[in-house]
Amino acid sequence: MGKVTVKNLGKAYKSYDGRWARLAEWILPFARQRHQLHWVLQDIGFQLEAGEAVGIVGINGAGKSTLLKLIAGTTQATTGSVAIQGRVAALLELGMGFHADFTGRQNAVMAGQLQGLSGAEIEELMPAIEAFAEIGEYIDQPVRTYSSGMQMRLAFSVATASRPDVLIVDEALSVGDAYFQHKSFERIREFRRAGTTLLIVSHDRYAIQTICDRAILLNRGKLEMQGDPVEVMDFYNAMLAEKEQQTVRQERLADGRLRTISGTGEASIASVALLDDDGRQLEVVEVGTHVTLEVRVAINAPVSRLVMGYMIKDKLGQSIFGINSHRLGMPQADLQPGEDLVYRCRFPMNLGKGSYSVAISLSRLDSHLDTNYEWRDYSVIFHVINTRHPDFVGCAFLDAEMAVERSHGRASVSKDGVTA
Amino acid sequence: MIQAKAQVILRSLWHYRGFMAGSVRREFQARYRNSMLGAAWMVLNPLAMIVVYTVIFSQLMHARLPNASSQFSYGIYLCAGLLTWGFFTETVSRLQNVFLENGNLIKKLNFPRICLPVITVMNAGLNFSIIFGLFLGFLLISGNFPGWVLLGMLPLLLIQVLFAVGLGIVLGVLNVFFRDIGQLFGIVLQFWFWFTPIVYTVSTLPAKVQTLLKFNPMTALIGAYQGIFVSGLWPQWSDLWPVTLLSIALCAFGMLLFRRHAGEMVDEL
Repeated sequence: MGKVTVKNLGKAYKSYDGRWARLAEWILPFARQRHQLHWVLQDIGFQLEAGEAVGIVGINGAGKSTLLKLIAGTTQATTGSVAIQGRVAALLELGMGFHADFTGRQNAVMAGQLQGLSGAEIEELMPAIEAFAEIGEYIDQPVRTYSSGMQMRLAFSVATASRPDVLIVDEALSVGDAYFQHKSFERIREFRRAGTTLLIVSHDRYAIQTICDRAILLNRGKLEMQGDPVEVMDFYNAMLAEKEQQTVRQERLADGRLRTISGTGEASIASVALLDDDGRQLEVVEVGTHVTLEVRVAINAPVSRLVMGYMIKDKLGQSIFGINSHRLGMPQADLQPGEDLVYRCRFPMNLGKGSYSVAISLSRLDSHLDTNYEWRDYSVIFHVINTRHPDFVGCAFLDAEMAVERSHGRASVSKDGVTA
Repeated sequence: MIQAKAQVILRSLWHYRGFMAGSVRREFQARYRNSMLGAAWMVLNPLAMIVVYTVIFSQLMHARLPNASSQFSYGIYLCAGLLTWGFFTETVSRLQNVFLENGNLIKKLNFPRICLPVITVMNAGLNFSIIFGLFLGFLLISGNFPGWVLLGMLPLLLIQVLFAVGLGIVLGVLNVFFRDIGQLFGIVLQFWFWFTPIVYTVSTLPAKVQTLLKFNPMTALIGAYQGIFVSGLWPQWSDLWPVTLLSIALCAFGMLLFRRHAGEMVDEL
């Protein structure tokens, strides 16, 4: 149960020359074809094993939602096939079919029936739906009095009231307040642990990297890449900045990680190193010591303005700290071919223990999305260890102090004068 | 093959019976939810219509059917035709919009699409039973109840629903691709109404036009209803063969059209 097989899937929309063209094609026998096929998805093939979680990423219009609709079965494929074992629940759009004049409870029943649940099943699930939505008395009020967040809560609760074998989630989920977002992701994780296969579209790097085992990158309706979420997200990130002349390449590092390098190449990264104060290269860094990130840049073609930025990421690919020379007020201007630059960035390694990587970007402005001379993930990889400080938890080292006071007596007066 | 398909359709309809029943109930509740008299309006509107046709036409305007005995006979004649015609047009005109109106649902949720026309027919049927129940009540009170011959209505209604469903689904599918259909059919319905002997009797027309009327499939149906209620006559079954065959053909064509274009329809909504 929960296995999804997608084979050679393609979807094309028909576009007709004019209003009468379709009629002519329908009515006139042996008439020539009067439509063009407009392909939005082509040659998509992949397989989801039961219990696997796969994220789909891609820019707007890459075909992500179409792919989900094809798998959910609301849209018919033009070519290829989708085979699914087990019950599918699709959260393509929440609150579909809610009627404003009816109470939350009535709408919940209706939405459940629309999913194919029977009245008795819904009755049984109702307390859980109410509890999860946390909208209190509002459950018996007309939905028209709800805030959009409350409607979302109820809709999500109903849609996920019973665990499906396959869950398909569109980015619609990213509405609602932070608390409920967190809660809904927790429910999805719970389903995963219980064996639900998950297919999720999201632009949220964090969501993809923490939930998914695998990611699929769609580009212009084609499957561009699939594999480890971090690697796919790096490639996607590089692709976002894609411009003419730009190259994106990925190379396998010695430890098996995939490094993504992209850019137009007017300026390039010659070397990157992490040094201690004596100039020795580091791979292992003690918590709290000062280090210098040394970035050497070569100019290959005239560059009107250059900004160097670095980003420290943890092993899940989450950004820990990043800054650039633009924000620090030292962008360089009018660089000529043959010039070399050395950036030295000194900072205390106030990070928790673990493995980190540094991504370097060379761009014209603050963001690499405008002009990307070079972007290099995994420029340096280092490990932070803790031997001198008490063992702590988390990714930030705050060098915290602690004081404690003990006293006798029943009543003690606290600082703001309230008797405890 | 066909049997297997029919079984699949029936099974999914059965599985979604709760949804369909809920939808019908919801539509009724939605209509009267925010009114003070609530469900009373369900009865008041059709009641007003029946009163207008029976009491006002018969009593005040003294409209009479040729060689009819009862003072209410013209009112009964009118109601027999108008109520059933109303059921027919409500079914067809709502079916022709059923896919357009539920476009969002069809695009975003995966459920048996066949539920939608069924819900529409159930809704129209419920409306009809309310108004028709009132009409029967009036017949009982005024002493014009036709008796056992009333059972003759059942096959007539079955044929009429088949006809309306077949026509409605064909128009509904076409309307998704060619929105002109909806507009056009509104006009056609007006002509169709006056081309059917509902407010007039066939005998008042010239012989030439009478022959022409025979080609109108609704003539036979409406005529049979009127026969039951005005004269207490069983329907002439032989007259009903053409409309029955036409209905079956339309239903088959509608299903074919629906199956062939269901996928493309979703893209078009």
